[in-house]
Amino acid sequence: MSHAAIATMDRSPMPGMKVYNNKLGMWVFLLSEVMFFTSLIGSYVILRFAHPEHWTDPGVVLNVPLTALNTFFLICSSVTMVKAFAAIEAGNQKALQMWLLATIIIGASFVGIQVVEYIALGGEGFLPALDAYHAVGRGNPHGGPALGGPLYGATFYAMTGFHGAHVSLGVIALIFVYIKSLRGGYTKENHQGVEVIGLYWHFVDLVWIILFTIVYLI
Amino acid sequence: MSEHEAPRYVLIWVVLLAMTLAEVGFAFMPLPKFWLATGLIVMAFYKAYLVAMYYMHLKWEPKRLWVMAAVPLPLAVIMVLAIITEF
Repeated sequence: MSHAAIATMDRSPMPGMKVYNNKLGMWVFLLSEVMFFTSLIGSYVILRFAHPEHWTDPGVVLNVPLTALNTFFLICSSVTMVKAFAAIEAGNQKALQMWLLATIIIGASFVGIQVVEYIALGGEGFLPALDAYHAVGRGNPHGGPALGGPLYGATFYAMTGFHGAHVSLGVIALIFVYIKSLRGGYTKENHQGVEVIGLYWHFVDLVWIILFTIVYLI
Repeated sequence: MSEHEAPRYVLIWVVLLAMTLAEVGFAFMPLPKFWLATGLIVMAFYKAYLVAMYYMHLKWEPKRLWVMAAVPLPLAVIMVLAIITEF
């Protein structure tokens, strides 16, 4: 077997699957992520049914308008990501770079807003620790009675924190893809990296759509 | 991804945004908790379906990838049912 054949072996489609190996690998990884986030969401739902006194109505403690804005950002970043993919499928490298940069900026904004939200919630006593939890509700004086309980804080930070870590890793990966795109590393014929990171990014968006509903709205 | 007609990415983006606004409005309506939760979960899963089908291009992927993607769904249900027995 020639060196060239060996070098491109990993890019050939897996027999029978009809998709190239990098994409298949990303799908397998994402399916393991489905199980990961299901375990978090499942635990949350069960804990909430078992201890309803630890939770409050939507918007009492958590900032729904701010998070709705953040959801808007993440959905926008999904469309910029898919536009980046469509651009390189058409062989347009400039548009690819522009859409990738937009995705990075919007994704980083999502993480930034989440940090701001965490700081504000922490300041209002909404903490994951058993002893420190003392959420009084948005706009209420600090000395008032605590609303909900520490399970609310613990599950909130576990779920949104793991998701935020995924977004942060996605932004870092997108920066690498963007740098490669600036060097002309993607062409109309070979742009697997853009498609694979796109799959990851859309999955992170998909998970947030579910989390936003379950954590903030119900 | 196989060859296909270009999806209407911006139209789907508009639908996703409109549904997010609808969700936020619906969440604060004076309805029984059960119906609020059911409506919100249905809307969230429809949005997730749109992202998977059109942005992740699952709609145009080979059937075998569909089968693979479906594998964790029953496993996820089994896992949740298994956790419920802890209470």
